[in-house]
Amino acid sequence: MSVTVKIPTQLRVATGGQSEVEVEGTNVGEALDAVFAAYGDLRERITQDGTLRRFVNVYVSGEDIRFQQGLETQIKEGDEVTILPAVAGG
Amino acid sequence: MPVEGLKCKECGTKYQESAAYFCEHCFGPLEVSYDHSGLDAAEAKRRIQAGSHGIWRYSDFLPTSGKPGGDPLEPGLTPLVRADRLADLLGTEAEVYIKNDAANPTHSFKDRVVAVAVAKAMELGFTTIACASTGNLANAVAARAAAEGLESYVLVPADLEEQKLIASDVYGTNLVGVRGNYDAVNRLCTELVDAQPWAFVNVNLRPYYAEGSKTLAFETVEQLGWELPDRVVAPIGSGSLFTKLGRGFQEWIDLGLVEGEQPHFHGAQADGCSPVATAFAEGRDVVKPQRPDTIAKSLAIGDPADGPYAIEHARATGGNISSVSDGEIREGIKLLAEGTGIFTETAGGVTIAVLRKLAQRGEFKAGEKVVAYITGEGLKTLDATRDSFSMHEIDPSLDAFDAEFAAQEVSA
Repeated sequence: MSVTVKIPTQLRVATGGQSEVEVEGTNVGEALDAVFAAYGDLRERITQDGTLRRFVNVYVSGEDIRFQQGLETQIKEGDEVTILPAVAGG
Repeated sequence: MPVEGLKCKECGTKYQESAAYFCEHCFGPLEVSYDHSGLDAAEAKRRIQAGSHGIWRYSDFLPTSGKPGGDPLEPGLTPLVRADRLADLLGTEAEVYIKNDAANPTHSFKDRVVAVAVAKAMELGFTTIACASTGNLANAVAARAAAEGLESYVLVPADLEEQKLIASDVYGTNLVGVRGNYDAVNRLCTELVDAQPWAFVNVNLRPYYAEGSKTLAFETVEQLGWELPDRVVAPIGSGSLFTKLGRGFQEWIDLGLVEGEQPHFHGAQADGCSPVATAFAEGRDVVKPQRPDTIAKSLAIGDPADGPYAIEHARATGGNISSVSDGEIREGIKLLAEGTGIFTETAGGVTIAVLRKLAQRGEFKAGEKVVAYITGEGLKTLDATRDSFSMHEIDPSLDAFDAEFAAQEVSA
């Protein structure tokens, strides 16, 4: 399954300036692992002990994965996976 | 105002002052850090008392000096009312105080945070300001933009209370109703901040914005005659107000402007949006997001950014976080109105309903000073109270009046 992972501006130093990364995967965890395989620096910034850091939110085509199956959330061809900081609003 | 810069609340990484809001290393929230070394508490108190009649009197403790004496929309120094009748109705022997923050220029505490964020945004060279809002913030941003001659975009859930939509649009803002809940609006703004050169007061300006809430703590201390309350009851939406109240008290304790301990912190949420109260009750640090369904729309934040810190602060101060039903919220609005003459919005109804719950549980000791924070105005959420009033409709004659009120006349 080919999906687009969108990278927030502040993390683009770790992706050589890329704002989007095309990867393969059947669920969110696999897609993120594929991103980390290409851009190793991102793993530590986004995850801690194999889970998402507490101030990182991930969305699949606009839906928060915490309302779905977390990193196990299935993705389908053409989905957009968005990584965003969770510290906004209120 | 001796700002050192920004600092990650999680990992401590330091950043220069800029429109940055999260840590590039761990995604933690950034907070303003100050260098108060050499601050003389007595001198600082004198400066405050000689200062402007509003939040700029506290500029020693804010990230901007703002516009002391020259701000037509200066918020703050709202009444702190001793509410003995309400205390009687609650059946408590504690001293109950209401901090009525509906008495700000656009009738909510959001004028405080917006004043600070926009002053900083202008210092940083922004000419357009924006926000993700449940309504009150949109009102405050739109009004402030009008006063300063800035462009503004306010993004809100499209199904917001009509009063809050009108009270934004009237100022000539770009009012954007998003088909979705507040969390969807917030996500959109977090994406927009990368795409537009705007100051989103509660996204990229959030570290400064949040500091504005400390002024509620400062005022409470000053209005209590330079004393700390024993307990506070405050609403939790994102948890920012709740945690910054705590930080405000702590800064003044640490710097010697007031003596004593942090008050016990009691948080208030609606049952229909209680992610923080639920995590507190279950003893968790991780806040599971919810899909909000409550009349308290200004607190309808299902994914609260400062939830973990609110829980930490309630625990650290021996407080707690409770939630109340929509029915109890309506009763809370009525109880405050009848007990104090203050008409609050649904968020205030949440706070007063939790205040009542705590009083009924016997959590307040006799003589304790308990301050409840009323953050918004009742006329902005008329949908919640529309069916709750009664009216005597009569013909314009003395006979009609007497007939209607005969019973009362006899009893009087």
